Amino acid sequence: MAVSDRNTDWRKKLREEIKGKERTEIERVKMPELEPAERIKSQRLEVNTGLTEEMALREAKRCMDCVNPTCMEGCPVGIDIPGFIKNIERRAFGEAAAVLKQTSALPAVCGRVCPQEKQCEAKCFYIQKLKKEPVAIGYLERFAADYERESGQVFLPEVAVSTGIRVAAIGSGPSGLSFAGDMVKLGYDVTVFEALHEIGGVLKYGIPEFRLPNKVVDVEVDNLRKMGVKFVTNFIVGLTESIEELKAEGFQGFYVGSGAGLPRFMNIPGENANGILSSNEYLTRVNLMGADQEEADTPVFRGKNVVVVGGGNTAMDSVRTAKRLGAERAIIVYRRSEAEMPARIEEVKHAKEEGCEFLTLTNPVEYVANEQGRVKQVKVQKMALGEPDESGRRSPVPVEGSEYLIDADVVVVAVGVSPNPIIPHSVSGLEVSRKGTIVVDENTMQSTIPGLYAGGDIVRGGATVILAMGDGRRAAFYMDKYLKNFKSDGMS
Amino acid sequence: MNKILKKRYFSDRVVQMEVEAPLIARARKPGNFVIVRVGEKGERIPLTISEADTQRGSITLVVQKMGVSSTKLCELREGEYITDLVGPLGKATHIEKVGTVLACGGGVGVAPLLPIVQGFKAAGNRVVSVIAARNKDLVILEEEINRYSDEVIVMTDDGSYGRRGLVTEGMEEVIKREKIDMAVTIGPAIMMKFCSKLTEKYAIPTIASLNAIMVDGTGMCGACRVTVGGKTRFTCIDGPEFDAHQIDFDEMMSRLGGYKNIETEKMGHL
Repeated sequence: MAVSDRNTDWRKKLREEIKGKERTEIERVKMPELEPAERIKSQRLEVNTGLTEEMALREAKRCMDCVNPTCMEGCPVGIDIPGFIKNIERRAFGEAAAVLKQTSALPAVCGRVCPQEKQCEAKCFYIQKLKKEPVAIGYLERFAADYERESGQVFLPEVAVSTGIRVAAIGSGPSGLSFAGDMVKLGYDVTVFEALHEIGGVLKYGIPEFRLPNKVVDVEVDNLRKMGVKFVTNFIVGLTESIEELKAEGFQGFYVGSGAGLPRFMNIPGENANGILSSNEYLTRVNLMGADQEEADTPVFRGKNVVVVGGGNTAMDSVRTAKRLGAERAIIVYRRSEAEMPARIEEVKHAKEEGCEFLTLTNPVEYVANEQGRVKQVKVQKMALGEPDESGRRSPVPVEGSEYLIDADVVVVAVGVSPNPIIPHSVSGLEVSRKGTIVVDENTMQSTIPGLYAGGDIVRGGATVILAMGDGRRAAFYMDKYLKNFKSDGMS
Repeated sequence: MNKILKKRYFSDRVVQMEVEAPLIARARKPGNFVIVRVGEKGERIPLTISEADTQRGSITLVVQKMGVSSTKLCELREGEYITDLVGPLGKATHIEKVGTVLACGGGVGVAPLLPIVQGFKAAGNRVVSVIAARNKDLVILEEEINRYSDEVIVMTDDGSYGRRGLVTEGMEEVIKREKIDMAVTIGPAIMMKFCSKLTEKYAIPTIASLNAIMVDGTGMCGACRVTVGGKTRFTCIDGPEFDAHQIDFDEMMSRLGGYKNIETEKMGHL
């Protein structure tokens, strides 16, 4: 596509306009955000308010338009990063969004929730060669996608001539949506099946409004709908109908993106007391069911002292949600030190600004309930860091005799998730790992059953939105080849 | 989809609804449940499927007005739609020929008991059912239970119908009279607890179908967790039926009351 070709005249001209040296002297933009005191008043105020046009134009100038853009290697869906950024630099914001959509079904989402510091931005020329702060690729991606959405003039990628072949995406999270977006562009008749009553998976039930407004997700889903993707909610493949039944109805390809929705608990005494919830339950009640709002029927436990166990993004989302539900103290209890926390750096920073407390190198060992069965205290134990484990992180070792009690009337357990077993259990002959994940060919994402592909957390365990999206793209690429061969072999 | 085809009042607080749901009607087995949501601000609540008609493409639910959501559901009229309906969920009842089955249901628990009674009867078992309610007006589905049982005993707390007394009294009489190979109990948690204690005394294998608080119903959240045999299990995917003698009923009852204050407050707004 011409818009993303480095050798077009306009891009040559842009590169010549400003000297490289001048570009590198521009300081990285700071994302404007609401003041902590203001933003904790509501679950529904987005913290990051987005770049202004002026900020985006200046930040876009920092990008060197490298001959060999290493940033792209860091992006799991392979976004043409300089291509979209240079379009911002020449004020062609709509075109920038169009470049994003060539490879990403959800740019406004990724710009907000990707851990860019570990992906594209980690591979930016600035940080790799100049030891300077990388170009704010994520902020710019969000800017372009938001600009397009707010302008109301949405660009829809071209859709190929219909192949007449029906394919199903199982699960409407980021992985399934990414798969659906690519397959519909290739001319397939795509249906997305979702168990819940809303489309979006973790983008709806998990990630809070203050980080990712639902309307942003809805607009991107709507774009897919306009391209021809069909969505079916309240349908659990494996229970409502089996894959065999869907096959009989004419579906020829299946992509399982059913996620890792099963919360883990620690199996410590008292963990089933009232007021102790998984982060999935806590976040679902608030984000999907709107329990923070007066008019919603779904209740949620509110507390004065809320303890959140864990150090990932889910833990950060939970502790910040607790603060917004009126907690006086919202405390992270994490068994390693802050350096090992898997959460995005920005979320940790935001949580601290909002007054959340961090008790690191600490682990709960028991819960104490009152006479009504409601949790009132957590017995915690101090931890020390030992030798690095297989993941390379130093493993925490309990310090004997260091136990003490802290008050808590709500506890949110965010210590990880396991793969949802419904699909793995419902398909005979499907190879499943010991951990319950679906086994796939690492390259093609095909499972042990031809025509059945899988990706995202159901394959990886708990991972990130963007990795799930990358899997969806790859599966679409290989499923397309498979279905076309299948057809030309005359087997269908 | 999800149109209410027929609605019937068992009492002013207990409603039977036949709902259009062809796929669920075809896929469901005894023991399965659905999750429903009424209105855009509605809550997701679980309800066991009491009957299904594959010809009409419908399932039947029995709902008791308890809190905000069940009241909103009961107030929907024939021809109106349930906003969201998903299922069938949970593990199906394990049904085989065991000999004589004692089926015990209390209150609206008789509705989810019905498909299980049907299943055990169809598998060639002798089925004795004991159904109980506080009073005559609250006895439901007696005729249907009777159709699939070899014998039915009705118990009411106040003796206004059938025999006076608790469900356990009717059960014990049967247990003393003949050999029971298996028991099933569905009803309020306190009732299931005492049924379970009774059959434990006589060493009769017993299953109980639990009505935990749920959100998604697919294993995603753990709201419905319950301790069975010392281990935490999720009612929605590991259950809803468990070995009754292994269930920590006291913990379960405490968890059922977890949102009581908030619920009472919300009822006030209705």
